[in-house]
Amino acid sequence: MHRLAEVSVDIIDQCVAQGVPFAREYGGLLENRSFGGVQVSRTFYARGQTGQQLLIGAYQALSRQIGLGTVEMYNRHEMVELVLIDGKARGIIARNLITGELQRHAAHAVVLATGGYGNVFYLSTNAMMCNVTAAWRSVRKGALMANPCFTQIHPTCIPVSGDYQSKLTLMSESLRNDGRVWVPAKKEDAEAIQKGKLKGVQIKEEDRDYFLERRYPAFGNLVPRDVASRAAKVECDKGHGVSPTGLAVFLDFSDAIERYGKTEANKQGQHNLTKEQIIALGEKVVAAKYGNLFEMYDKIVGENPYKEPMKIYPAVHYTMGGLWVDYNLETNIPGLFALGECNFSDHGANRLGASALMQGLADGYFVIPYTIGTFLSKEISTPKFNPKDEAFVEAEKAVADRIQQLLSIKGSQTTESFHRRLGKIMWDYCGMARNEEALVKGRQMIRELREEFYKDLYVPGKADEFNPELEKALRVADLLEHGELMMVDALTRKESCGGHFREESVTPDGEAMRKDDEFSFVSAWEWDDKEPVLFKEDLVFENIKLVTRSYK
Amino acid sequence: MSILNLNIKVWRQNQNSNKGQFETYQVQANEHMSFLEMLDVLNEQLVREKKDPVAFEHDCREGICGTCSMVINGQPHGPLAATTTCQLHMRFFKDGETIVVEPFRANAFPVIKDLVVDRASFDRIIQSGGFISVNTGQAVDGNSIPIEKNRAEKSFEAAACIGCGACVAACPNGSAMLFTSAKVTHLGLLPQGEVEEDKRVQAMVAQMDKEGFGMCSNIGACEAECPKEIKLENIAFLNRSYMKAVFTGE
Repeated sequence: MHRLAEVSVDIIDQCVAQGVPFAREYGGLLENRSFGGVQVSRTFYARGQTGQQLLIGAYQALSRQIGLGTVEMYNRHEMVELVLIDGKARGIIARNLITGELQRHAAHAVVLATGGYGNVFYLSTNAMMCNVTAAWRSVRKGALMANPCFTQIHPTCIPVSGDYQSKLTLMSESLRNDGRVWVPAKKEDAEAIQKGKLKGVQIKEEDRDYFLERRYPAFGNLVPRDVASRAAKVECDKGHGVSPTGLAVFLDFSDAIERYGKTEANKQGQHNLTKEQIIALGEKVVAAKYGNLFEMYDKIVGENPYKEPMKIYPAVHYTMGGLWVDYNLETNIPGLFALGECNFSDHGANRLGASALMQGLADGYFVIPYTIGTFLSKEISTPKFNPKDEAFVEAEKAVADRIQQLLSIKGSQTTESFHRRLGKIMWDYCGMARNEEALVKGRQMIRELREEFYKDLYVPGKADEFNPELEKALRVADLLEHGELMMVDALTRKESCGGHFREESVTPDGEAMRKDDEFSFVSAWEWDDKEPVLFKEDLVFENIKLVTRSYK
Repeated sequence: MSILNLNIKVWRQNQNSNKGQFETYQVQANEHMSFLEMLDVLNEQLVREKKDPVAFEHDCREGICGTCSMVINGQPHGPLAATTTCQLHMRFFKDGETIVVEPFRANAFPVIKDLVVDRASFDRIIQSGGFISVNTGQAVDGNSIPIEKNRAEKSFEAAACIGCGACVAACPNGSAMLFTSAKVTHLGLLPQGEVEEDKRVQAMVAQMDKEGFGMCSNIGACEAECPKEIKLENIAFLNRSYMKAVFTGE
């Protein structure tokens, strides 16, 4: 954490130099704003697309190196196996996604920067191609997977509207700066809204339950993501949800619109305006702040959020768990390094806003260039590896066999349908709230689903061609194992901690309760199809005392 | 929730060297689906019937990755302004409608399969000069060069390009001028990028020509179809910058 804080300043300088157009003050200096879970302005940003702009900056820098010939780029290739020689990572097997050809790439070390596994839940805010395969193939070769059960559920997403849904859309966290979250206080009102007989705006002020403000007066609507998400779930589980599925809460801007409208009227010296005129002024202010988000919501949902409160529901957004790494970002397999979301470091059990970008860039720009040298310096006299070596031949054959196995099942169910069922099990049994009974059941269900997958899957097409269905099947096969490990990890951690909420471990008023005496450790798992093996890395705090943050 | 019965007339082409043709499929969609989710439903149907699913590209499904490139009823990314295919919802179509879906068509975007095209030519344009030549770890303090707020915002607006290629698909000449000019403007407006502007603009234009993109004749279809509302004035910026480089540069 100390190192991350130290290099985070260099990240901004580096990105500015690369041409990332960060927001600027009128004086020309870099501008800051506040972000979820913090109460001070300290986040650099580029409108609502900071991540996208940082990515473009990195893409340009990479493109420059490709142009210079220092990097050879393999677009549309996917890592499908890790190759070990004498216990060290010495290369990978990649599949050319256009031709289906399997390729051997030999090297002195392997660096993974392959992202998180949020798509194990099928529905998440992750891009569709996000998967666990590169990390999981490494686990199958002996790498340890750390804290897999720590997943972050983001509170402000557009709710699910039907079974066909493929992806959830995240609305920026900044909306909670001005929006108030509520549900109808009376269950019969909520039911009427669910049936479409009543609208949110028709509910009287005294019949609204602003549950975040009620439960957490100090932070109100700005409580951290896990707390806000769970509180929404509690209200929906009680039957107070507001969409046809009952799984949504309101995010209401009417107070902000009126407040901004009054200020704007005073600014313009207009003191005799009607309520409508004030609201019209306020809508303009809100449009300037969140206009693009409101438009996006309208486009997707078909409702005008200026007139009707938005409906939101939590969705899977980030996975804090990942490959276990040491301070040098090296896994327990010598020569195998993991960067960014695909490792477990830095975020503990609950990541704060903007810090995933920070970690990804710190790991890539400022950590690995120095730490990989420690490993390579000992390899200075190791000759180049030959991709014709037995280890590569065997690894390639294993992949070819795996592909043939999937293609030859010729069952009746699609990969998509298995993925959807896996996601439902994960969400229902290992989602926002977990308990022993559900986790035991969920684990069993995944094992059964995996068995069914290998008996009844249907993958169209051939191995040696452009075949997106086959790509998906290979990824879902790995997610089906990783999902089980998440259940096992969640079962073992009998405490509530960050994104992991165990219903058995709560304070008398229903808040998450950590058990630092028993669970102050990182869980690092070795995969075994029968029973994964747990290694504990103790968390030792020398200079700070462990406390629980209160949002009340 | 209303249900739409649609005829999807979609381009099928096994690989670039083969000839393609349209095939029509019946799909039942509901109005809340995105266009890509409607294609998911079609593909589920095809796979269940043990037929070859329609290949289409997609990733983020929230309008920022630029992969979901297809021409819908003659328009890149479909009928809605400032909207990528993944953010286009079925409520903008009518029950019983026939929807024609084709890949982006341009010489420099060869078809890989069905609706999937190879846009590596865009990558090579960026590789030729769409960057600032700074090595990692050598950056000065980000605040050492103040940048006017308006200038930073203009640069940002050009940087919002997602490289989807709709501008090329919309252009009768198959020109990549809007894409290339967005990058030239984004970097050229920032003091950090301004210093190598001459070199950049010449290299990128040369690469653009080499890739087989057409000439720009100021038609403006690119601007009309751009899902990120990249403005035609970027092309004017590129032209000025190119002239300056040719006549006064190295």
